[in-house]
Amino acid sequence: MTLAVNKNGFIFDPENGISYTVNETGLFVLQKLQAGLQNGEIITSLCAEFEVEPEQARSDLEHFAAMLKALNLAED
Amino acid sequence: MNKLDLSKLDITIAVTGLKTGDNPQPGVPVIRSIRAAGFKGKIVGLVYDAMESGIYLKGLADEVYQMPYPSTGADSFLARLDYILSRTKIHVAIPTLDSEIPIYIRLEKELMQRGIKTFLPTEEQFNLRDKIKLAQFFPPLGIDIPKTHLLQSADDIYKLKDELEFPVIVKGRLYEAYKALNLFEAQKHFFDLQAKWGLPIILQEIIPGDEFNVVIVGDGKGKCLGMVPQRKLVITDKGKGFGGVVVKNPGLESYAQRVIEALSWRGPCELEIIKGEDGVFYLIEINPRFPAWVRLAEGCGQNQPAATVLLAMGEKLDSLPLFKPGTLFIRHAEDIISDIALLGDISVNGELVR
Repeated sequence: MTLAVNKNGFIFDPENGISYTVNETGLFVLQKLQAGLQNGEIITSLCAEFEVEPEQARSDLEHFAAMLKALNLAED
Repeated sequence: MNKLDLSKLDITIAVTGLKTGDNPQPGVPVIRSIRAAGFKGKIVGLVYDAMESGIYLKGLADEVYQMPYPSTGADSFLARLDYILSRTKIHVAIPTLDSEIPIYIRLEKELMQRGIKTFLPTEEQFNLRDKIKLAQFFPPLGIDIPKTHLLQSADDIYKLKDELEFPVIVKGRLYEAYKALNLFEAQKHFFDLQAKWGLPIILQEIIPGDEFNVVIVGDGKGKCLGMVPQRKLVITDKGKGFGGVVVKNPGLESYAQRVIEALSWRGPCELEIIKGEDGVFYLIEINPRFPAWVRLAEGCGQNQPAATVLLAMGEKLDSLPLFKPGTLFIRHAEDIISDIALLGDISVNGELVR
């Protein structure tokens, strides 16, 4: 992932010049993805940071990942 | 490579196309880029119209001279140039308008005899990028072009009605392009464009996808000395990009490099490219000069106008500095306050010396 992600949740894709904004949770997940964490580790981090149940975190992460894929921002 | 420095260059540079406004010409950003490289010498503005706004901008052109339109021919062009040269030396000329590039190319020898250097393509390179040649020259080289039809009469549109998928783009030979949603609109644009720019009219399929513009300086041997790709973020109702961001896309850069290699392009140009939803790059147009957004190249670290001055002067440059992706430009319009006397000088005398 070559996205430029700033601390306010502004995302710039340098390959096509499109920019996006994400909320605090989206930014948290993107930073973990960029740090190379696997899904299981991200779910654990989400649960610790946002006080959610693992099932909820997993569902939200899958939804977010599907959105990234649909926007060509992430590979399989 | 380090930032280009023109601070020690004591020459006079002539630049054309000083109109800004809703359909801006590239002269003003070219001059600003040259000044940004520390150039302290004289800038001469060559204009066709007394209302070109850059004339009235303080600190831009030191002297301004009105030129005859290129269509009046080489004799009147050279006669006017000789008069200007009796008032000031010109060492480098950077023409920035499509319609005048051919006369500068054809008169390269005469310009050299007068001490004026340029860095332009050959006439053959220039002609190969003509909108009416793109569809013949590039596809055999593996460079895709949107499906294109050359129209000699409005009837041709009706003859194509079964194979056309609307909307389509209808383009004038030199300038202007309009989207047509149906046969009637296509016909209307045909007549409007024919009246302005003559035949043929170009009808092109629309490729859905991401559109990019790339400003390039080619070395004339197939290599890009510099290249800055951008995506337009703000587009006016005339289709002009009034805002954009520099992108870093290796696929796009290698495609643009192939186009320049195919032409062995020498000098500045702008490529319009679409990456279709099928992932294929399509070449839409090649403009044979700097675009009006060329200041973005200077702003992102690659001062192509400054490089063009050095190349015209015979300096050898292997490549230009790297550009910074994510650099943004937004065009800002501002009123210039001047004096009617300046308009009088340029209208009556055809010149303005500050």
